[in-house]
Amino acid sequence: MTIDKSRGYRVFQGVNAVILTGVVIVTLYPFINILARSFSEERYIVSGQVNLIPRGFNLTTYKIVVSDPMFWTNYGNTVLYTVVATAIAMVLTTCYAYVLSKPHLKGRTLLIWVAVFTMIFSGGLIPQYVLVNSLGLTNSIWAIVLPNAISVFNLLVMKAFFEGLPHELEEAAAIDGLNTYGVLWRVVLPLSKAVIATMVLFYAVSFWNSWFTAFLYLSKTELFPVTIYLRNLIAGATGAESAGASLSEVSQAASNIQSVTIMLTVLPILAVYPFVQRYFVSGVMLGAVKG
Amino acid sequence: MSTTLDNPPQNARSARPAPSRRRQAKPGTWRHAIRRDWQLYSLAILPLLFFAIFRYAPMIGNVIAFRKFEPGGSIFGESWVGLRYVKMFLNDPSFWSVFTNTLVLGALTLLFCFPLPIALALLLNEVRSRRVKRFLQSVSYLPHFLSMVIVAAMVMQMLAVDGPINQIVKAFGGEATPFIQKPEWFRTIFVSSEVWQTVGWGTILYLAALTTIDEQLYEAARMDGAGRWRQVWHVTLPGIRPTAITLLILNIGTFMATGFEKVLLLYNPLTYPTADVISTYLYRMGVESSSMSYAAAIGLFEALIGVVLILSANLMSRRAVGTSLW
Repeated sequence: MTIDKSRGYRVFQGVNAVILTGVVIVTLYPFINILARSFSEERYIVSGQVNLIPRGFNLTTYKIVVSDPMFWTNYGNTVLYTVVATAIAMVLTTCYAYVLSKPHLKGRTLLIWVAVFTMIFSGGLIPQYVLVNSLGLTNSIWAIVLPNAISVFNLLVMKAFFEGLPHELEEAAAIDGLNTYGVLWRVVLPLSKAVIATMVLFYAVSFWNSWFTAFLYLSKTELFPVTIYLRNLIAGATGAESAGASLSEVSQAASNIQSVTIMLTVLPILAVYPFVQRYFVSGVMLGAVKG
Repeated sequence: MSTTLDNPPQNARSARPAPSRRRQAKPGTWRHAIRRDWQLYSLAILPLLFFAIFRYAPMIGNVIAFRKFEPGGSIFGESWVGLRYVKMFLNDPSFWSVFTNTLVLGALTLLFCFPLPIALALLLNEVRSRRVKRFLQSVSYLPHFLSMVIVAAMVMQMLAVDGPINQIVKAFGGEATPFIQKPEWFRTIFVSSEVWQTVGWGTILYLAALTTIDEQLYEAARMDGAGRWRQVWHVTLPGIRPTAITLLILNIGTFMATGFEKVLLLYNPLTYPTADVISTYLYRMGVESSSMSYAAAIGLFEALIGVVLILSANLMSRRAVGTSLW
């Protein structure tokens, strides 16, 4: 587009800059505020003096939170659940997406509909809950990793990617004597690193962030992921008071401990976010192209 | 399956004359397809098991909405009770209040969360510097990657009595308000946090669609004397219309399930009058009070409305503008 230098356009650019700056401020402010709170002394927080810069800088609350063994147990659980669930999800999604990407396959439309129909209509919370309970998965890692092992959105993204691969390569490999498994493992997957990386990210973030399945199916504290630790902190159910009471010389209020826990929970995502963000974007686009 | 052993008729197929088995099956038949692609089909077994157990079994499990369910008994219930549970919730005044809340929250969310990403995408599209644009996008996507628990925690911190919002209120001479405890504030809180969380991420597809619009259309529009606004109106907006409609259909499809997790995290008995939605109500009925059949009946009702909504949105958009999901 040629650069339009008219007065009206310059005014528009100015207004636009103001609006977008506002968007940035509104988006980032909560993060910075909570970061500032996490380093601040309680009395400044309660009197409402902490905005963007910590007041009465101290690391006491961080020490309280990281010295709670349950925090680390739950943090470890989150890592474990994320790794196992992502691995299972990737195997199932890749296999099914590969099958769906073969246009000649008889019954392919039916197989696609089996997946897509679950996007339109789902069994709902209660039957799912009854099912998981009666399968005896409650209070085990399987309750977390199995019920959401395939995301149909991710499945369709992967299928679209596989469909775009040159199928002459696969034919050549088949003529050279590879069977279907060999073709998938030695030809298709090495060509699909980009989409695999994207899908691993999609799954890992969703499992890292998930809390509701754990909330429903886990009742033992030592099995909780860190999201439930944080939720209970918000709900004021456990943790904060007992952890704070053990170090009563510094009475840190729950809101301070919450800020610290939020920061520690969100840290891995914030740390990898700048590096992986573009993969997410390309993944979403890929999914959109297919529609 | 042990029954096959003592059940000779099962062997009917293998009792056929041997040559017919060795002969090439006719192309196009299932036998031919399975013989040729059995390895592909075998890859589908585990995923199909997943769908059967964790997606389709619960669908069938919805029969407990019409059957009496005993804890520890069959997941499909014990005996038929007909429409008892359906009648029960239709006569339940708290059901109608959560029904209304669901509609209001869904409508407000749709009203704000659907058009705002379009507006933001149009504004971002006008940014000339690539670096600035990338920075803006990175920042606006960020909230999308947070756990709902973290979003809820942040909302509560922002709205706490000693939080930033109340600091602003006090700076203008107002009284600090415990927003989280006020039913009249819940809808505002819910919708604005929803916007905060989704608006940036929602721009991705529109920005992609904007890059596909043909430059020549803008030139042609300028030739015809169209100003900036007219160019937006006659070129840009029609260019992103298919994307917008697709997303609108999807949004309408999730209308009934709006923000279940967030409501569950943000509400409390004080805010039930405006915050309690069908899904949270059925969660309390089913999981907390163990009235599984009653809750399943409500869940089925909710899911059916969702299906009707998405099917009719799809149909309408196909009739009106020729874009549809399938």
